[in-house]
Amino acid sequence: MARSLGPVKRKFSPWTEPHAVPFIRFENITKRYGDFVAVDNLSLDIYEREFFSLLGPSGCGKTTLMRMLAGFEAPTEGRILLQGKDLANTPPYKRPTNMMFQSYALFPHMTVEKNIAFGLEQDGLPKGEISARVDEMLKLVKLEAFAKRKPAQLSGGQRQRVALARSLAKRPKVLLLDEPLGALDRKLREETQFELMDIQHTLGLTFLIVTHDQEEAMTVSDRIAVMDKGVVMQVATPAEIYEAPNTRYVAEFIGDINILECAVVANTGEILQPGHPPVVRLDSRGVPIAVEQECAAVTGASVAFAIRPEKVRIALDQPVDVSVNAVHGEVWDIGYLGDFSVFLVKLADGRVVRAAQANVSRLVDRPITFGDMVWLTWPLDAGLVLTR
Amino acid sequence: MKPSRFDSTVLTLCFAFLYIPIIILIVYSFNASKLVTVWGGFSLEWYRVMWSNQGLMDAAWVTARVGMLSATLGTILGTLAALTLVRFPRFPGRIPFTGMIYAPLVMPEVITGLSMLLLFVAMNIDRGFWTVTIAHTTFTMCYVAVIVQSRLLTFDRSLEEAAMDLGCPPVKTFFRITLPLIAPAIISGWMLAFTLSLDDLVIASFTTGPGATTLPIKIYSQVRLGVTPEINAICTILIGLVTIGVICAAISSKRTELRRIRDEHDAIRAAI
Repeated sequence: MARSLGPVKRKFSPWTEPHAVPFIRFENITKRYGDFVAVDNLSLDIYEREFFSLLGPSGCGKTTLMRMLAGFEAPTEGRILLQGKDLANTPPYKRPTNMMFQSYALFPHMTVEKNIAFGLEQDGLPKGEISARVDEMLKLVKLEAFAKRKPAQLSGGQRQRVALARSLAKRPKVLLLDEPLGALDRKLREETQFELMDIQHTLGLTFLIVTHDQEEAMTVSDRIAVMDKGVVMQVATPAEIYEAPNTRYVAEFIGDINILECAVVANTGEILQPGHPPVVRLDSRGVPIAVEQECAAVTGASVAFAIRPEKVRIALDQPVDVSVNAVHGEVWDIGYLGDFSVFLVKLADGRVVRAAQANVSRLVDRPITFGDMVWLTWPLDAGLVLTR
Repeated sequence: MKPSRFDSTVLTLCFAFLYIPIIILIVYSFNASKLVTVWGGFSLEWYRVMWSNQGLMDAAWVTARVGMLSATLGTILGTLAALTLVRFPRFPGRIPFTGMIYAPLVMPEVITGLSMLLLFVAMNIDRGFWTVTIAHTTFTMCYVAVIVQSRLLTFDRSLEEAAMDLGCPPVKTFFRITLPLIAPAIISGWMLAFTLSLDDLVIASFTTGPGATTLPIKIYSQVRLGVTPEINAICTILIGLVTIGVICAAISSKRTELRRIRDEHDAIRAAI
C-alpha cells in the first residue's frame, strides 16, 4: 500500500543539548504493591516532541510507570513533573495527557463519532467546533465512512484507529500509548507504525509508548528506555541501544547476539601503534579476541564478548590471518529467512556461534551447507566487551 | 437421532406435571358453573365478579405498589452494594460482607419473615404497607446485588479510566459510561425483584398489617374458605402478565443476539 510521505525528518536530539529543559521528568519514582516493588527509584527525562519508548518484558514496571503519568496510580515515593509542575495533586481527568489503551477501551454504547467527541464534550467546546474536530480526526485516521458505526461493527485495525483518533482529539501535550499495536497482525502493524510516526511528526506532540516488542520500539522511537524489574537499564537512541548496549541484559533483549565468556588478557592501546584507539585483548577458552574499545576491565577480570550475527563473516576458505578474531567450526544448522540466512556454527569445544549473511544473489543452493567446515572472522570494531 | 420412546414419554410426563395444573386453572376460570370441578360452559362471568370484588382489587393494587416500590429501592441498594463489593476490593471485612449478601438467598423465608416481625415489634412500628415494602426491599436487594455483581466482575475497568483520561470526572463517568453499560443487569435485577415481591406470601404475612393485604395473602385466605372461580380468574391474569414478561425478555435477548451477529458480519466486511 502506498503511503503519502510527510515532511522530511530532521535530526532531533534535545537530550544532547546541555540547556534543554525536560518536558516530563520522573524523579526517583518508587511504586510498591505490598512487598512487591514494581518501579524502583527510577529517574527519567523525556523531552518535548520526543517519541519515547518504554521497552521491557511483562512485569518490568513499564505500564505502571505510564499509568502513574496518566494519574491512575500514585507513586509511593518520588515526583512526576510535567513542564516543571508536580502532578501529584492533579487527578487523571485534569491532566494534559491522553492515553490509548491496550484494549482500546472504546465505549461500546457510542458510535465512532461519539467516541471521538467524548473528550471534547468534557471540555465544553461549542458543538460546531466539536464536529469540525471530529471530522478532522476521522480524516486523519481515514475512517470518514465509519463515523456512524458502533465499535462492535469494526475490524480490529479500525478499532485501533478509532482509539488513536479519540486520544488525539483533545490535542494532548503527551500521548500515552499502551502496547498500541499488540492486537494487530504483522503487516498492518508495520503500516501503522509508520503512520504513528507521521502523525506524531505532523502534530508535533510528545509520544510515550509502552511496548514489549523491540522491533516496534526500534522503528518508531527517538529514544528507548530498556527496563527490567522496575529499573531502567539503558536510555539511548535505537542505534545506540543496538550497537552499544551497556549490559548483557540489554544486548540480549534487543535483537540477536552471540555472547562468549572471556577473561581479560590485556587492556591497553599500546600493544598496537601509539595513537590508535585503545584495544582490549581477551581470551575465550583459547580463542584470542581483540576489541577496539575503551573499557574499565582490569587484566584477569571475567567479562563477556558480545557480537551481533550479521557482523560475523563466514567463509569456507581459511583467511590470511587467523591469529586473532577467528574461529573454525562446523555448520550445524541453517535458518533461511529470505533476506538473510543464519548459520549456526559449532566450535570444537561445543559452543555455538551464529553468523548471518545477507542473501545478495538469487541462488537457491547456497555455497555453504550443513556439515561444512567454515571460518568465522570479525574486525576489531565489530564486537563489544560487556562488564555487566 | 430420533428420540426413543422412553425419552419422549419422560418428556411428555415432565411437561404434563408442570403445565396440567396451570391449564386446569386457566380453563376453569372461564367456567360458567360455580363449582370449580364441574364444567358448565364458557363464560367471562368470573372476570366480572373479580373486577367488582373490591377486596381483591385493593389487594392487587397494594401488591403492585409494594412490588414497584420495593423493587426500585431494592435495585438501588443492591446496585450500590454490588458496586462496593466489586469496586473497593480491599476494605476490612469484605469477605464476610460478600458472604452475608448471599445469606438471605438461602435463608428460609419463615425465618426472614419472623425476624423482620420481631424487629418491627421491637421498634414499635405499626405494621402495614411500609413494613411490607421494607421487608421486600431487604430480601430483593440481595438478588439484585448478586446479578449486578456478576455483571460488574466482567466489566472492563479501562472504559472508566478512558473516560476519566478524556476529562470526565468520576461521578459523571459513572452516569455516562458505567450505568448505561450495566443497565441490562440492573433492569433484569429490577424485574426479578418485582416478581419476587409479587410472589411472596410468607414474608408479607409476617410483616403486613391491617389495610395492606397483598394479593397472595388475599388469595390464600380466600382459598381457605373454598376455591371460587374468581380466584382462578385473577390467577389467570397473573399468569398472563408473567407470560408476557417472559416473552418480552426472550424477544429482546433474541434481538440482541441478532444484532451481535449482524455487527460481526459488518466487522468482517469492514476488514476486507
